[in-house]
Amino acid sequence: MAKTMTFPVGGVHPEEGKDRTSGLPIRVSEPPGEVAVLMAQHIGAPARPVVKKKDRVRKGQLVGEAQGFISANVHAPVSGAVKAVEERIYSVTGRRVPAVIIENDGQERWARGLNEPQDVESMEPARMVELVHECGVVGLGGATFPSHVKLSPPAETPIADVFVNGAECEPCATVDHRLMLEHTDDVVDGLKLIMRIVKAPNGYVGIERNKPDAIEAFRKALADEASIRVVALQVKYPQGAEQQLITAVTGREVPSQGGLPGDVGCLVHNVATTLAVRDAIRFRRPLVERALTVTGDGIENAGNFVERVGTSVAGILERQGLREGANQLILGGPMMGIAQGTADVPLVKGNNALLVLRGARIPPQRDCIHCGRCVEHCPLGLMPAELSIACEKQDWDAAVELNMLECKECGCCAYVCPAKRRIVHMIKFGKAELRLRKARAREGS
Amino acid sequence: MENQLLVSSSPHVRDADTIEKIMWCVVVALAPAAAMSIYFFGFGVLKVYVISIAAAEATELLCLRWRGKPLSRAADGSAFITGMLLAMVLPPSAPYYCSLVGAVFAVAVVKHAFGGLGCNIWNPALAARVFLQFAYPLRMSLSQWSVPRMLWGKAAEVATMASPLAKEGAAAPLSHLDLLFGNGVPGCIGETCKVALLLGGLYLIARRVVDWRIPLFYIGTVFVLTWLLPAGHDAPAWAADPFYHVLSGGLIIGAFFMATDMVTTPVTRRGRIVFAMGCGLLVALIRRYGGYPEGVAYSIIFMNTFTPLIDRWVCPRVYGSRTPRPARRQA
Ligand code: SF4
Ligand code: SF4
Repeated sequence: MAKTMTFPVGGVHPEEGKDRTSGLPIRVSEPPGEVAVLMAQHIGAPARPVVKKKDRVRKGQLVGEAQGFISANVHAPVSGAVKAVEERIYSVTGRRVPAVIIENDGQERWARGLNEPQDVESMEPARMVELVHECGVVGLGGATFPSHVKLSPPAETPIADVFVNGAECEPCATVDHRLMLEHTDDVVDGLKLIMRIVKAPNGYVGIERNKPDAIEAFRKALADEASIRVVALQVKYPQGAEQQLITAVTGREVPSQGGLPGDVGCLVHNVATTLAVRDAIRFRRPLVERALTVTGDGIENAGNFVERVGTSVAGILERQGLREGANQLILGGPMMGIAQGTADVPLVKGNNALLVLRGARIPPQRDCIHCGRCVEHCPLGLMPAELSIACEKQDWDAAVELNMLECKECGCCAYVCPAKRRIVHMIKFGKAELRLRKARAREGS
Repeated sequence: MENQLLVSSSPHVRDADTIEKIMWCVVVALAPAAAMSIYFFGFGVLKVYVISIAAAEATELLCLRWRGKPLSRAADGSAFITGMLLAMVLPPSAPYYCSLVGAVFAVAVVKHAFGGLGCNIWNPALAARVFLQFAYPLRMSLSQWSVPRMLWGKAAEVATMASPLAKEGAAAPLSHLDLLFGNGVPGCIGETCKVALLLGGLYLIARRVVDWRIPLFYIGTVFVLTWLLPAGHDAPAWAADPFYHVLSGGLIIGAFFMATDMVTTPVTRRGRIVFAMGCGLLVALIRRYGGYPEGVAYSIIFMNTFTPLIDRWVCPRVYGSRTPRPARRQA
């Protein structure tokens, strides 16, 4: 077997917690009776609602229009009638954002021209990007960065290496693993389409070693494919972070201070995004559903499911059953997921896992004992101990000097801290404060 | 579940290691050396341990109470270590009030006056030891009366020296094997049995409580410098023997248990190397050219003082940049 690759600095080994669901095939859930489609569920400008109350919509019809280049379209996940355009909670920020509420008529009728095979062989790359844009594809690993932006690299930084990120290093999440097993050829197809768009000579499928069946499946599927390599990655969190994946495979480092993978000739999409890009190009199918893992010790029936965007999380929990003592609801995995104050939130494109924990508690925090573990384990070479203290003191100059803005909130530092310090909490707070101050300064001037 | 959902920041899972586990781990690692010290110097030193640990814990409780902190923190093991380590660096002949005063000073002044565990600048046990040195210079010097029990061979009729590093009055120097096991070696209570200390030290390294870089670079620096630095004409024969230096005095206990105290040493790997080499340099200079035979305690206390500076200057390289602090002028 080829040698296992990994990133050189930092990282942790949290309990994987994947056994419960990694063997369960993805099941397509019944579409709900009502969906709430958020206008802001991606990075960039929120979309603008283009339907109003009482409008009839078909499945896949545009309901929110992208505003500007870094933004994404949103579409109706079901056919039916618009019940209201009102605010709902966005699980990532906890803020209320406009949403289109659609009552499902159960007809599942696609809007005209959608979900039909396209003539891909003769298609221009520009048209492909246009389709990806039109279909509202965003990064489905949680980052929700609009994919058409990534697929339009500036001419100065040509892309040489395109990655499918199948590391799935986040504990408990198994949906990418299942997608890789169940849609191996489609993933390869998506990767080839992306390589065609950006004219990249090399493709890679990066998979952590704890998914040997997926590695095997891709090795087979790519047996006579000279330009695409399957890379077995060491099991280490955050192997699936864009920067760490690139460094593990190519040895290159994405420049700090806002550098992009494109600056080192790389482009990374996770498994689900690659499939969504393929669906957009091959079938002109808007992103209206996604697969996710529902698990955690507070869930009665765990599994991997395809759900419509806008489905109520409370509904999913009710269907899967909660166990006695369940007290924490997390959208995303245990390392980076976001704890919710209410289950009354609609599913968004970026939700790759839904986790319910039992008997969760916040461990009491002590003063930093300078053990240095956070420094040792930070994959970005930051000094989390000092950084969190600077944020605690609200010393923003010091925090910025300690590279607060480089932090990706991966959680390695807080994970290893024996004093149970809330390092990531403080860094998130610091970033939010800094944003607020900058916004205020702009208004003031 | 709605009304009782717990909202907290990611990560939602934490490693199982805690401050308490780390601290009690150190106590376990010190235990073999402590047991050997009771063998060597008799049950009298058990009294020193008991007084020192009890005083440290009592002071800890009082300080926690006074500062309005949870009293349960007294069980985190940190005060226990301070008491235990202090006892181990006292001479066997030290009167009981020395250990009492030292433990109170260590916990109340060196630790809590600076903000408690995690905020102290100096290692509490060592700082207390240095304080006692000044407060009771006569009582704290190694006396010639504490003759250690032998593991093998016949004990000397009269103890001929106070420390293997004493510059005057040294008769036949001890063999390396004697020094390694502490056989007939005079010295502070817990510092003489190097084998037991090494055992505990290796356990801490394996348990990842201690960064191996510190003992390695500390001891390595002392070894190289005592080997290379010229000894004076009137120096005893052992002065040019690096093995003798490494195995004598408090170097091993200092390098494994005191220079590795997390709170008072740098957080970065490279910073720790700088720290350890600084300690080693100081020990070599003090032993070679200073008037004092030891030097381990002073070297560590001295370098503790520089820890914040080292942490500032020696940072890891930030991913994707060449310099450690690319953002310096960005704000
Ligand atoms: S959360 Fe930020 S500071 Fe902490 S380990 Fe990850 S990148 Fe480093
Ligand atoms: S891991 Fe925690 S206790 Fe250790 S240095 Fe970092 S913040 Fe301090």
